[in-house]
Amino acid sequence: MPIDWIWGLIGGLLIGTGGAVYLLVNGRIMGASGIIGALVDGSAGDSKWERIAFLAGVILLPVLLLPLYGGAVDTHITDNIPVLVAAGLLVGIGTRLANGCTSGHGVCGMSRLSLRGFVATCCYILAGGVGVVIFRHLLGVI
Amino acid sequence: MGNSSPARLFFALVAGGFFGAGLFISGMTDTAKVQGWLDVFGAWDPTLAFVMGGAMIPMALAWLFARGKTRAALGTPLPPQPGTQIDRKLVIGSVLFGIGWGLAGLCPGPSIASLSYGGAGLYVFVAAMLTGMFVAPALRRRLDKPVPAE
Repeated sequence: MPIDWIWGLIGGLLIGTGGAVYLLVNGRIMGASGIIGALVDGSAGDSKWERIAFLAGVILLPVLLLPLYGGAVDTHITDNIPVLVAAGLLVGIGTRLANGCTSGHGVCGMSRLSLRGFVATCCYILAGGVGVVIFRHLLGVI
Repeated sequence: MGNSSPARLFFALVAGGFFGAGLFISGMTDTAKVQGWLDVFGAWDPTLAFVMGGAMIPMALAWLFARGKTRAALGTPLPPQPGTQIDRKLVIGSVLFGIGWGLAGLCPGPSIASLSYGGAGLYVFVAAMLTGMFVAPALRRRLDKPVPAE
């Protein structure tokens, strides 16, 4: 599916452009887990509305683009509730312990050659890969 | 005003818009594509590598542009140099995150980007993720305590 790579690259360039704007204009690192997490645990302080405005943009653009894709996109999300709950808890706890996720440690960290960004990214990709092998191929739960 | 000036909120909205549009267009809100990339023993899907690589191009240019500057366009100090400390929180946290990422094929950004079309299952995931983020500070404090000597 070569077309998927091209859209991946175009989407990636847009993601990086968002990160560049957030850094150079607002002076912030574009990390999704940090932007959300600080709102949840109350550590956002007076940057609360800036975070909410960012998240509003994240939600709004797909709403505007959806009609171009026939109004619906299949996300292939599992309907296994225990799996969704476990995955959500692990993602929420893990990203806040590590202080970053795919956007913060991956995109923003590695592009400035941050050692912590590289270590975190290696850890979550390895754990994700091993997890998929175990849960899909060995246990068959996903 | 300060951190809530109209200009700050506008550019945060713009940055978030680029992020959301990129996640949507790249297919990263499709859990099958993310799990397909992680699944090296299945039908491997390389898309995520193109997304990651593509995103790092403008971001690396932005870091280069920021070099030597102390303040962003709206006056906020730019982020300090990244830390170099590799501690338990970073490694344990990233491993836990990775397992969850593989289980559902979702990380925080795409889970928010697909809120309008992800369906009921996504709400379950996001509710659990927010709960995890709420309890994380207590766990973080426990991991901050020094390891007892043997």
